[in-house]
Amino acid sequence: MSFLLLIEQVLNGLQFGIMLFLMAAGLTLIFGVMGLINLAHGSLYMIGAFCAAAVAAATGSFLLGLVAALAGAAAAGALVELVVIRRLYDKDHLDQVLATFALILIFSEGTRWVFGSFPLFLDVPDFLSGPVTLPGGIEYPLYRLALIVVGLLVALGLYLLISRTRLGIQIRAGENDREMIAALGIDIAKLYTIVFALGAALAGLAGALVGAIQSVQVGMGEPVLILAFVVIVIGGIGSIKGALVGAILVGLTDTLGGIFLPEALKLFLDPSTATSVGSSLASMAIYILMAAVLILRPAGLFGARA
Amino acid sequence: MIRETYLNTLTLGLFVLIPAWALMADEPFTITLMTRAAIFAIAAIGLNIALGIGGLVSLGHAVFFGIGGYAMGILAYHAQTYTPVAEWPFLIDGTKSMPIIWLVAVIVSSLAAFVIGSLSLRTTGVYFIMITLAFGQMFFFFTISWAEYGGEDGLSIYLRNGFPGLNTLAPIQFYGLCLVILCLVLLFTWRLSKSPFGLALNAARQAPIRVETVGLDPTRLKLIAFVISGAITGLAGALFADLNRFVSPTMFSWQTSGEIMIFLILGGVGRLYGPVIGALAYVALEHWLGGLSDYWHIYLGILLLLIVLFGRGGLIGLASGRKVAHD
Repeated sequence: MSFLLLIEQVLNGLQFGIMLFLMAAGLTLIFGVMGLINLAHGSLYMIGAFCAAAVAAATGSFLLGLVAALAGAAAAGALVELVVIRRLYDKDHLDQVLATFALILIFSEGTRWVFGSFPLFLDVPDFLSGPVTLPGGIEYPLYRLALIVVGLLVALGLYLLISRTRLGIQIRAGENDREMIAALGIDIAKLYTIVFALGAALAGLAGALVGAIQSVQVGMGEPVLILAFVVIVIGGIGSIKGALVGAILVGLTDTLGGIFLPEALKLFLDPSTATSVGSSLASMAIYILMAAVLILRPAGLFGARA
Repeated sequence: MIRETYLNTLTLGLFVLIPAWALMADEPFTITLMTRAAIFAIAAIGLNIALGIGGLVSLGHAVFFGIGGYAMGILAYHAQTYTPVAEWPFLIDGTKSMPIIWLVAVIVSSLAAFVIGSLSLRTTGVYFIMITLAFGQMFFFFTISWAEYGGEDGLSIYLRNGFPGLNTLAPIQFYGLCLVILCLVLLFTWRLSKSPFGLALNAARQAPIRVETVGLDPTRLKLIAFVISGAITGLAGALFADLNRFVSPTMFSWQTSGEIMIFLILGGVGRLYGPVIGALAYVALEHWLGGLSDYWHIYLGILLLLIVLFGRGGLIGLASGRKVAHD
């Protein structure tokens, strides 16, 4: 197990974590402001990926694909918010779960109906393909490095948006007391639509970016959605900082666990048992991490309320 | 508007009349469909105890369904390959006997429900939903990587397991067995909801602070309900595996959790017969809409959305005109 491999895997874990953050940030924002649990967030991720793949295939431009992913997911988010989601704010969590589960069924089957069951492919653009040599002689795919940079830029942008802009003030006020900001003359319905579309756009961006390293297919969003839930539970619901920390923790645990647990077990088990036990343990590692966080801090690492 | 009692009697009547007709008309597939409905009903009755009476929105009940399934799969797999399940600390052989499989399924899923419940009940609300969902996913990935029992491909069992005195390979006899279990589970749930425990649990859902004030521990009540709920859903999982003679990680998937919840919502949450009517309606829809279009999940989604937004109380609520459960 060389040092170079370790660095490479840490970078992979970081890249995975950053993409999870894009999903988790939207979810946690929507929960924090509207008190809504949105299972259909994974569908918005899928819509982003499909928009990007379709537009990139039609125009040949990856960047246009990204723009399409952002616009498509935000539009789908705004539409869903206007038609369905806004009827759910004052209902209980069970209704929210069921209605958004129904939306998953509609979106998944609708996408299968339009694009068919076969996966689409989204190519890494030429200017981001190939490896790059990092200090220390590590060869790493440029595209994955770009994902990390883009994700961190989005995180920075989100931080500035929430802390420095008028919209951010309204969002934070909405988290604390929605009646009060409505009384102060802010159109709360419009604010909710904007927040929902913003979360949807982040999910769509993540879907398009990841779509270039995985295949774009129906049902791609739900595994990521559930991981994003784990991230939020670890980080604390409503906290964007918690989402970032939780996402990187989950990304690193998942990636490094898959590589190092079998190796570590080989030290005191025979190789074949170590590989099978190690890979089973690795697939459960993030959930064990979640259980541990829950036992120590039921409200998550940065959560204010349980 | 129909009185709820009549509706319930009618449903149970359908569970007798449809298979009786299918037996006369020699339509074994209809009997299989009804078996499916009866098993789904048992699974949803399990969830109803946690969700309907206890107010615990669990999106992870596939865990117990899957554990029941794998209890059957693993025991029968070892019996059909003549290998022991374990040699240490003492020899455990596989079995093809349903009563033993059911016992194992119930015990293991109760244990799992106890562990998952103890951890998840440290939280409430949205956290609880997300955590039960995540535990479901944990089991899903674990079975996928469990190469010894087929991994992603699952396990096939060549012959349906046996029950003393019955030929379970005959669809109608296996159906009869499932129907008897369904009735017993219904009777148990009815007794449970009227028992001091059931009343206290109901109160713990509606007003946890008051329950605490009178000296009962709401978390403990909910944990017990969660364990009972998991055990019943586990039993349904063992039956479902025997119906298909096949188990795979799909039984653990989050879609399965969602489907179990849909049975309950279609029928009506918190009502004794809600899960039964819901499961019957689901299987009917699956068969009918599935025949009309490959994309029948779209229609199911729209129907579910309409029920959530406009028709509180599910099908029973719509038919009886009473939106809130009183049983």
